[in-house]
Amino acid sequence: MSQTPLSLPQQRKMGQTSRKDAWWLQPLVVFLGLSAFIIYANWAAFQASNYEHGAYLSPMYSPLLFEAPTQAAIKAETLGADAHMSHHSWFGAWPSALQPSWVPGWMLSPALIILIFPAGFRLTCYYYRGAYYKAFWADPINCAVGEPRNSFRGENFWPLLIQNIHRYFFYAAAVYIFILAYDAWVALWHAPAGTNLSYNEAAATGQLEFGLGVGTLVLTLNVILLGGYTFGCHCARHFAGGKHDHLSKVPTGKKAYECVSCLNRNHMKWAWTSLIWVGFTDFYIRMCAMGIWSDWRLF
Amino acid sequence: MPQVTFKVWRGNKDAGEFKDYQTDITEGMVVLDAVHQIQAESAPDLACRWNCKAGKCGSCSAEVNGNPRLMCMTRMEDLPTDQPVTIEPMQAFPLIRDLVCDVSWNYEVKKKIKPFKPRKPDNEDGTWNMVQEDVDRVQEFRKCIECFLCQDVCHVLRDHHKHEEFIGPRFFIHNAQLEMHPLDTEDRLGDLKDDNGLGYCNITKCCTKVCPEHITITDNAIIPLKERVVDEYYDPIKKLFKMFKPKKPDAAAGK
Repeated sequence: MSQTPLSLPQQRKMGQTSRKDAWWLQPLVVFLGLSAFIIYANWAAFQASNYEHGAYLSPMYSPLLFEAPTQAAIKAETLGADAHMSHHSWFGAWPSALQPSWVPGWMLSPALIILIFPAGFRLTCYYYRGAYYKAFWADPINCAVGEPRNSFRGENFWPLLIQNIHRYFFYAAAVYIFILAYDAWVALWHAPAGTNLSYNEAAATGQLEFGLGVGTLVLTLNVILLGGYTFGCHCARHFAGGKHDHLSKVPTGKKAYECVSCLNRNHMKWAWTSLIWVGFTDFYIRMCAMGIWSDWRLF
Repeated sequence: MPQVTFKVWRGNKDAGEFKDYQTDITEGMVVLDAVHQIQAESAPDLACRWNCKAGKCGSCSAEVNGNPRLMCMTRMEDLPTDQPVTIEPMQAFPLIRDLVCDVSWNYEVKKKIKPFKPRKPDNEDGTWNMVQEDVDRVQEFRKCIECFLCQDVCHVLRDHHKHEEFIGPRFFIHNAQLEMHPLDTEDRLGDLKDDNGLGYCNITKCCTKVCPEHITITDNAIIPLKERVVDEYYDPIKKLFKMFKPKKPDAAAGK
């Protein structure tokens, strides 16, 4: 860029700064928050059981393409011949073609098939990128604080050039929002109260009744928060009008761009609240499925 | 009147150190007032660049307690005065003396950015028709006062010294202002990708945090530019569509 080399101050060492505030607090909170979620999400994804409770399906397992063999085995053990296929499963039982003998049982989790898309969406999200570069890679650990490394390649080269794939994960994540909205709708239809019918039996025989449980509210809030995060994404903003120089000529109109921009202004808040709530939703359904908590029906 | 200790960087590009100065602080004072008072009372040779004292000229950029700030807009009452207040020059540029840096690198960078290239006038009198909502977005970028605090805090320049390959947040704003302008026909995306190092930005948002004009640099300028670069160079499906899309007659002019 410049013709003559600049005589610049010496690079500061890791953590060296004149800042007097608690600059380490933000990356520490991000590190702990993201680590806690990653650990929980991995644990939950590999459980392959207790991901559904009646009308409720954990968002970490949605869409449920096949019922997990572990879950089917648990049901067969507890219900015997009365065990029905999960009503949430799109394609029924786990196909035997996808159960090679060399694959350990804990790998046969339906969550592992579908989580790649929401995980990829968050991993390549512009907000999370900035957050985890700081918290996990100290690049930089915080603004105006010395770094551990001299070299820097940024997102200009491989492997981080792959971050440009973000828009493709956005397309997939947007589809998931509609699937999760459907799950929230399904969560409004319960097995009739006062009968011995299980949810799957009632669903199979068309005897579900309308009702609202705490789980319904949890799932509904989950899709609202995820929707706010997904549709406030920088890619969505680009597609809604950001890519145009003449916003007045965009078919969707300036309103769509403004609406996405409005969500985008609080992208970090949407990112964190939706992340925490996804984890809690899975936890709530898991607790109910395990019989530790019971879902309270409002009507 | 409380007396406050200031640790002020004294020196040139070859050597320097923090020196302690004490001065009285009165209500309403800003850091630049304190520096002027130190100059008047005990260090008449202390070099400090300033001009408007109103946060509009962008001259008095420095680092106060380690944070890139305009000295004239940093109120003493917002700083903890029970411990010394450090004042040092910006770290991303060569030091001339004390608190004064040589920021001329920025002017050289700006010269290399393709200038505004408007389309042909819409009217016979040489004027254009414009819609306000088309220019709303770029007006934010025109608030930039070129204080270069965003350049200073950006770790790509500050810590990694990529001045040869990376133009910094200030000039991404400038590029965005031109690229998003409804009359402009120039294409700068190739330069942004290859010569200006847009990919070096790893979205720390430090530039946005320090901007005294509160320009949302990362979200409104850098990321939209990154998305436009992805459109042009990294999106295979978009590329495929472009191959089959008939070219408009004015496409050759740029956008």
